[in-house]
Amino acid sequence: MKTTAELIADDPLWLSIIKVVAIFAFGVVMTLFMIWLERRVVGRMQHRPGPNRVGPFGLLQSLADGLKLAFKEDIRPVVADKWVYFLAPIISAIPAFLAFSVIPFGPDVTMFGHHTALQLVDLPVGVLVILACSSLGVYGIVLSGWASGSPYPLLGSLRSAAQVISYEIAMGLSIVGVILRSHSLSTSDIVNAQEGGWYFWLLPVSFVVYAISMVGETNRAPFDLPEAESELVGGFHTEYSSLKFALFFLAEYVNMVVVSALATTLFLGGWRAPWPLSAIDGGVLNTGWWPILWFVGKTFFFLFVFVWLRGTLPRLRYDQFMRLGWKVLVPVSLVWIVLIAASNALWNTPGVTTGQRLIFFGVGIVVLLVFALLLPDKRVADDEEFVPVTGSGYPLPPLDLSVPKSPPRRRLPAAPEPAEREMEPAAVAAADKETGDGSL
Amino acid sequence: MTTERTVAIGSGAAELATEDMVLNIGPQHPATHGVLRLRLTLDGERITEVEPIVGYMHRGAEKLFEVRDYRQILVLANRHDWLSAFANELGVVLAVERLLDIEVPVRAVWTRMLLAELNRVLNHLMFLGSYPIELGAITPIFYAFREREALQQVMEEATGGRMHYMFNRVGGLRDDLPAGWLDRVRRAVAEVRAGTAQIENLIRGNEIFHARTRGVGVLAASVAAQYGVSGPIARASGLDFDLRRDEPYLAYDELDVPVVTRTAGDCLARFECLLDQVGVSLNLAETCADRLAALPPGPISVRTPKNLKVPEGHTYAWTENPLGVNGYYLVSRGERTPWRLKLRSASFNNIQVAPDLMRGALVADMIAILGSMFFVVGDIDK
Amino acid sequence: MLQAYVPLVLLFALAGAFALFSVAAAPYIGPRRYNKAKLDAYECGIEPSPQPIVGGGRMPVAYYLTAMLFILFDIEMVFLYPFAVSANALGMFGLVEIALFVATVGFAYAYVWRRGGLDWN
Repeated sequence: MKTTAELIADDPLWLSIIKVVAIFAFGVVMTLFMIWLERRVVGRMQHRPGPNRVGPFGLLQSLADGLKLAFKEDIRPVVADKWVYFLAPIISAIPAFLAFSVIPFGPDVTMFGHHTALQLVDLPVGVLVILACSSLGVYGIVLSGWASGSPYPLLGSLRSAAQVISYEIAMGLSIVGVILRSHSLSTSDIVNAQEGGWYFWLLPVSFVVYAISMVGETNRAPFDLPEAESELVGGFHTEYSSLKFALFFLAEYVNMVVVSALATTLFLGGWRAPWPLSAIDGGVLNTGWWPILWFVGKTFFFLFVFVWLRGTLPRLRYDQFMRLGWKVLVPVSLVWIVLIAASNALWNTPGVTTGQRLIFFGVGIVVLLVFALLLPDKRVADDEEFVPVTGSGYPLPPLDLSVPKSPPRRRLPAAPEPAEREMEPAAVAAADKETGDGSL
Repeated sequence: MTTERTVAIGSGAAELATEDMVLNIGPQHPATHGVLRLRLTLDGERITEVEPIVGYMHRGAEKLFEVRDYRQILVLANRHDWLSAFANELGVVLAVERLLDIEVPVRAVWTRMLLAELNRVLNHLMFLGSYPIELGAITPIFYAFREREALQQVMEEATGGRMHYMFNRVGGLRDDLPAGWLDRVRRAVAEVRAGTAQIENLIRGNEIFHARTRGVGVLAASVAAQYGVSGPIARASGLDFDLRRDEPYLAYDELDVPVVTRTAGDCLARFECLLDQVGVSLNLAETCADRLAALPPGPISVRTPKNLKVPEGHTYAWTENPLGVNGYYLVSRGERTPWRLKLRSASFNNIQVAPDLMRGALVADMIAILGSMFFVVGDIDK
Repeated sequence: MLQAYVPLVLLFALAGAFALFSVAAAPYIGPRRYNKAKLDAYECGIEPSPQPIVGGGRMPVAYYLTAMLFILFDIEMVFLYPFAVSANALGMFGLVEIALFVATVGFAYAYVWRRGGLDWN
């Protein structure tokens, strides 16, 4: 039995090229499909049908939109930095596709008479490749905002940088938890290690931290600050049009698919069939081409959650999400890693009784509690005594101004019968009546 | 060692100094609901100075009033705040009727109240939908518009208009109500009540929504009073002032008008005021419908001459519009047109206080504050 | 060994070619009717105000300190990966080592938090 890496190493060049093209096509098709799916699902959430005109169920809508974008005028602002403006969409698009290379879509199959694995490359540093790609992609956003030479994109790119520094650490730490169990950075090894149980319930904390930071990493709601359309108009891509804009869009959606696929690989058992199905016929559904179905299905689960979040949540302010990243996700992940490492070491050390293990964990929890007490308290947000200062240069009305009491009300004499009233000619001259009365 | 060290400023301080950025929010910006322009001076994302530049939509409404007869004025008055058209018409006819000393039929009074309250709900629903959008939640507005549709249908059935009703006339209303209309109003009100609960569930308890709005843009009651802020914004700051209760027009004195207030004065309080006000207005509309159903048949309008000349004099009529106090100061010299009709619009006064709240905030907060000022640009620029 | 990376290079080339083609072809496919207003920077529909940041000006970054901390923590995180891979082989020794390491990091982290290094707002 060869390992996945060995299998792939035997691939002839033509097979690699087929895989490369297939992965690229997968990325593009998923993008087109995701845009359609997102618009339809969000549409359903909002009592409207969503696109349903182009093609069956509107499926070709995103293709039509893409073509339309190609025939739009390509504008580069005069103030823009020519080369960086030109390169930014490329920088953001390439790593998005590149990250697919280490994702295992399935186990060994026979493809055109060749025994190989459904994976482009199986590197010993597989997970790091994905992390590197997702970090590189952000450069595209940061640079595009800077190069546009216009204020809205600049603010967007600053926010994007803030986003990266808040979530990369949490994301990296959550993956450390997975590696502590799988003892390998190779994605196919991680999938294999989940044969006994998927990591989302073995490592629930890592899973939650990863799930949050993957949304932050892809600039999606509620963390879509770099393009916050109600604040920064279009954010980093305000100045981009035509195919350059399309590339940013493509990169965003491909990134979404990548982080979802990685989440599937790391926490949902990758291409493994879910439990009742995996038991059928000694696991026949875990062989051959079946796993692609499970893999894509699980990936769509995450993608649906992305859409769901977008349809539900407002956007965070960027100091708030930095606080979430730094003050919640990072410490939780650090403590969690020590816990996993400890449990791993204790279970693997011979001669430690269950009682000793429990004592050890008891001590650990006490230490944690002490640590938690040392952290500064959350500041009270609602200060009753807080008086806002309004320091403007404009002349202000006097500070002791009070709301005037309403004048006493007077009632006009009771109305005559309306039926009679209609018969009368309208009163026109009534100069001697009080006119400033507040009531009818 | 108690002296504080100044970090990061060395010999090249002048070279390292950062510069403020001038950023125009508007006239074409998604958060300004039209063509309001704010000139921000930014230090990073923090706002150091705000200057609202109004007037992009100035249509000279007050000047036009002076060369139009009173029926034509209604058309114009209708339009400055396009989200509370009925309430705007109401202010004009109240002023004119007062100068003419016309007593409108009791059915007209109650119908006007009913329509005014429905109009208020329509207006508030608009902002209940648009405010979450400004904070990034894209769904509530579709719920709000679904409810608006239910109300607009009954409004349309009675008045023929969906936005600019033109249903008021000096002396009453243009037409009588369609048969069976009141039942349909009740049904619509019940529908909207259920729908508003859904909007409330969607957004009110959301933690991100709270994080974005609580303690943001706090407007003190005294400041609100100084600037002449009125309506739900003032009431959210604890300024307990509502013309429907404090100086009733129409027949509001026969109703018990609960005034929704908050004390926090932040964006959340303003939003909650609006949300709760919808419930109150729906109740009032239902009561009006009940009273209207119980009234004996009678005219809906008094007949007025086509060539309406208002006697010499002046009066000030103010109404509690959905967005705040809306006042018309009418000066007549006995002609077919007013000599002067001064318009005191709610949004114009309310937006004045916004720069005070925005100074020192982040751009994201600025949007949250601007959205919570619930303004209509036409109402600012007149 | 490096042969394993060849498909990666192929994918890079394909994605790069696609992106480069899109960006380079865009001006030739679409219409070209430029005018001054179109080529201006976007500032909500009015003449853009002159920006000091264009052409070498500096922009204050409020979270600068956090960004520096990010680099430090990111490097510390990198040390965790080799440990995680060989945690079982290291056994008890590895556990003690990593506990000390995380404790050190945690101490620095708590210090930064206390001193307000994370509250840039």
